[in-house]
Amino acid sequence: MKTFFTVLGASIAFFLTIAMFGTSGWVRPPLQTTQNGFRGTGMDQIHTRAGVAAAKDANLAPAPADPAEPGEELAGATYENVQVLKNVSVNEFNRLMTSMTEWVSPEQGCTYCHNTENMADDSLYQKKVARRMLQMTQAINTNWKEKHVGGTGVTCFTCHRGQPVPANIWFTNPGPNHTSGFVPRNNGQNMASPSVGLSSLPYDTLTEYLADKNIDNNAIRVNATTALPTTKGKPIQDAEKTYGLMIHMSEGLGVNCTFCHNTRAISNWSQSTPQRTTAWHGIRMVRDLNGNYLEPLTSTFPAARLGVLGDAPKVNCTTCHNGQSKPLNGAQVIEPYPALAKSTEVAGAAETAPAAEPAPTAPAPTPVPAPQ
Amino acid sequence: MAMLSFERKYRVRGGTLLGGDLFDFWVGPFYVGFFGVTTLFFSVLGTALIIYGAALGPTWNIWQINIAPPDLKYGLALAPLKEGGLWQIITFCAVGSFVSWALREVEICRKLGIGYHVPFAFSVAIFAYVSLVVIRPFLMGAWGHGFPYGILSHLDWVSNTGYQYLHFHYNPAHMLAVSFFFTTTFALSLHGALILSATNPPKGEVVKTPEHEDTFFRDTIGYSIGTLGIHRLGLFLALSAGFWSAVCIIISGPFWTRGWPEWWGWWLNLPVWR
Repeated sequence: MKTFFTVLGASIAFFLTIAMFGTSGWVRPPLQTTQNGFRGTGMDQIHTRAGVAAAKDANLAPAPADPAEPGEELAGATYENVQVLKNVSVNEFNRLMTSMTEWVSPEQGCTYCHNTENMADDSLYQKKVARRMLQMTQAINTNWKEKHVGGTGVTCFTCHRGQPVPANIWFTNPGPNHTSGFVPRNNGQNMASPSVGLSSLPYDTLTEYLADKNIDNNAIRVNATTALPTTKGKPIQDAEKTYGLMIHMSEGLGVNCTFCHNTRAISNWSQSTPQRTTAWHGIRMVRDLNGNYLEPLTSTFPAARLGVLGDAPKVNCTTCHNGQSKPLNGAQVIEPYPALAKSTEVAGAAETAPAAEPAPTAPAPTPVPAPQ
Repeated sequence: MAMLSFERKYRVRGGTLLGGDLFDFWVGPFYVGFFGVTTLFFSVLGTALIIYGAALGPTWNIWQINIAPPDLKYGLALAPLKEGGLWQIITFCAVGSFVSWALREVEICRKLGIGYHVPFAFSVAIFAYVSLVVIRPFLMGAWGHGFPYGILSHLDWVSNTGYQYLHFHYNPAHMLAVSFFFTTTFALSLHGALILSATNPPKGEVVKTPEHEDTFFRDTIGYSIGTLGIHRLGLFLALSAGFWSAVCIIISGPFWTRGWPEWWGWWLNLPVWR
């Protein structure tokens, strides 16, 4: 009996060791590290050289289509039922349609959105979604140009990557539909969810912080601003939710916490890197896109495209970034497609239809003596 | 300096590793030896350079003095003195003096004819330090990955380096190291308490023997590891704590670059319940 259990225990240990060494995804040098703080602070991004090369290959931006022949005719006047790209020349319009097909539905072709008997027909839900997505792209490239996307801009490909449904979308996570063990409730955590990097942190932190466009601007901030408590402060559960969101952002961008923060004082703006400001606006951008563009499409999508709770597919940091701090290796994608760079609904207009949330005031840096 | 009566007969020539008879003498109670000289050389030079580095810096506040390693761009090359070169020389001096001290312990062990347990134990501590400032930076390709020399600055480095892996408490070797640190403290407190209890009987009673000590633990937990065994266990626990600390930082970066929580995917993906 003793021998039996010895052999059993040894073989279980043996197989667990094999699994631990063989299947956990260990890497090895050479590494490719970048420094983004003063030397010796440990504010560094750590990647393997092979990993960086693989990420680069997996995020190649497609070559832009050849420029369209110049032309005076406007798509809105030539074609029927053109609502968004009205003030784009016919040639540019057709070039964009071809590019959109390559970006979004290369296998399905034009018929993914269009009834080829009557291209103006709106019977396919995909066409209605695409129309709203065009408005969204234009809004990102105008309203969020200074704050987040910069001159790089985004096109449909930034998220879609040749797939009708982008790979990195998310739905509200209702949690397990069973109770686990003796625990009467799980408090929305301890599920090793991929959205929080397999940690035990709350698994539906995205709904909490990225789905609500009217959320309190300070919802994520949990650090005290004074050395000693002056009020009751926020509960530790809030800190865990914030931590979960931050893990999502790190994973989505392929960076670690020190890309934005000097963790000796995580909340302190004067000790943070400039990237934190971009990320701060990015959070607001994602809320804007989810609240003003994707949620309103809930009734347009068929049930199969909705989440378990009937919610619309939503975007998060990973949707565009796909594991890189600059999507598509930082490729400048918007310049070859001026029709996506601004609203084309009104002749000569530069403003998009839906008013985005008012420009957030820059986060007030707390003056603190700089560390030596 | 007073010398114990039996000590004189151990003050004999020989047992040195290097230098033969040259440094084979005592200064007061201290054995010198070749490695005593190198220890002194490296520690004095290193300390002087730390003071020089502090003088170059903006503050004499003992908490804030910081001698930082070079920028990552210097890789494994030498850096200018005031931009991390000082850190490199100080690191060299530190390793030199720690290793010299361990080898001096070896020479004393040889003179006394005792085992090498003390220098071995000290070597594990040196290994943990060398892991941080030599082995891991070397594997990662830049001396700049070492920790800065400063009371607060090295703590900031620890914080940021932990957050490089999103949540360091999920590092399996860190878990082992922390468990061993707690266990070694626990074992020492049990052992210390037991010895004090046996040697402090009520007034008028004699000091108790190891049989009492063994009986106490047999009665409480069914087993006593014994008088020699507790020291073996203590050494094992303490060295394991240091060893797994070294492992936990060597694997962070060279062999794992993502968040540590993700590492546990192998467990979630076991074919048993995947």
